Amino acid sequence: MAETIQALASQPPAPAEPKLAVRDLVVTRRTASGEVVTATDRLTFEVAAGEFVCLLGPSASGKTLLLNVLAGLETATSGDALLDGRPITGPGPDRAVLFQEPSLFPWLSVRGNVELALELIGVPADQRGPRAHRWLTNVHLERWADAQPHELSAGMRQRAALARALAADPDVLLGDEPFGALDAQARELLQREVQRVWLESDGRKTFLFVTHNVREAALLSDRVLVMSAAPGRLLEEFRIHAPRPRSLDDVLVARVVTEIHDLLMQEVDASVAREMAR
Amino acid sequence: MRVSRARWLVRELGPPLVGIAGAVVVWAVLAATTSIPSPATVWTAFVEGMRDGTLPEAATKTLIRLAFSFVVAVVIGTSLGLLLAVNEFARRSIRPLVVALQITPFVAWVPLAVIWFGTSERAVVFVAIVGSFPAMTLATLQAVRQVPPLFERTGRTMGARGWQLYRKVILPAALPGVMAGLQQAWGFAWKALMAGELIVAAAHAGLGHLLDPRGGVAIPTVFAALGVILVIGVAVDYLLFGQLDRRIRRRRGLIVDA
Repeated sequence: MAETIQALASQPPAPAEPKLAVRDLVVTRRTASGEVVTATDRLTFEVAAGEFVCLLGPSASGKTLLLNVLAGLETATSGDALLDGRPITGPGPDRAVLFQEPSLFPWLSVRGNVELALELIGVPADQRGPRAHRWLTNVHLERWADAQPHELSAGMRQRAALARALAADPDVLLGDEPFGALDAQARELLQREVQRVWLESDGRKTFLFVTHNVREAALLSDRVLVMSAAPGRLLEEFRIHAPRPRSLDDVLVARVVTEIHDLLMQEVDASVAREMAR
Repeated sequence: MRVSRARWLVRELGPPLVGIAGAVVVWAVLAATTSIPSPATVWTAFVEGMRDGTLPEAATKTLIRLAFSFVVAVVIGTSLGLLLAVNEFARRSIRPLVVALQITPFVAWVPLAVIWFGTSERAVVFVAIVGSFPAMTLATLQAVRQVPPLFERTGRTMGARGWQLYRKVILPAALPGVMAGLQQAWGFAWKALMAGELIVAAAHAGLGHLLDPRGGVAIPTVFAALGVILVIGVAVDYLLFGQLDRRIRRRRGLIVDA
């Protein structure tokens, strides 16, 4: 096991300038009842350029909020969220986001959605069509280019959203449980697409996905960051060296799944015990 | 194909035609027992009005006024609604005034309009605009405020900001609600215009003017004018706004039909 799964402590430090860095990040949130809840508590981690990292944790561990801070949609209470060493001040097309719910614009065709992404980053009108077509072909949706989003299945919609996210050629793709609402088959297909797209980017794109699915995290990522129950702290990091493209039948993947799963179960038990003790 | 189209026509037009036939029967019975003119008399007046040009002329005048007031009301209404949606201070300071205008009966503006503009064309148009733009404003405001936050967030992560975010994401997302506002504003403009014409424009013939027997209009002609008003109202509402609304909703998957 030692050569396949190692605690990060034994790894050499990440390259000098991480793509994404989170330092002592505290994010608080006001609940509907007015209570202030600490979502993440002095969280620190880095994601190297070209890395695929999954943030894994029990539900309500502040993962989504953290991702939104990196997307620039929410602001942190204290600490730093850095992109290329610079503080993140707002959203931008350099960080595409895949949301859990289908977020295609229903007034545009599938192609129109992708073309809008290109328009918003300033691609000239005559180049949008071919580029949109290329990305739709990449996710096998070229025959659905002129369909309206509601005519597509949930899995196809999420694939179209993937094409739209990647068409703008972002450095970073943030995923907020992007496969969470899909059935098992669509989920598997999309996981394969995402793996492929990331591999094809050949180290130029950094993927950071939030998930509560252990198998998904083990299947996709170079590194899995396991978070505690709220308030979210970093519990442990797993580096996965299994060759790609991976499948869940892979022995190495299966082993890391078991290990993370045990850790998570412990954490859930511990958090229940903490709750009881209060 | 032709058969199914005929069947479609029967299915679509059958129920409303039955309704209209029923109304005409009730009307005929009422006409036989009271002093209102019978359907036949009114039909004769209608044909006569069409032949001598009274009705087409009045309808044209009215429709031109309507088109002008409606366009002005829509421009004012959507811009003001958008301003209220974007700016919280504007919303909190101006929205109550717009609501006050909206719930004021538009007939109440007629005397004021006459004082300001005299018994002129402008007075009538003023009443129609004031009677309809608040509905447009409030519908636009509500439509923009009800755009799902997910669309706004998605647009922002795609790099849209400021006015671009509104033009490319928020306004298209709000379009169905704005359409509902157009339909409502048109209804208000039409009603306010009729009230205005009826009261103000004795010297500026329109359909509303033909409703006023005190101006020497024969009673059957009053009914014929009423009929024309009804038909125009239903036609614009159903054929124009209804179909436009259906098209927008169908495109977005908000209507599922066989």
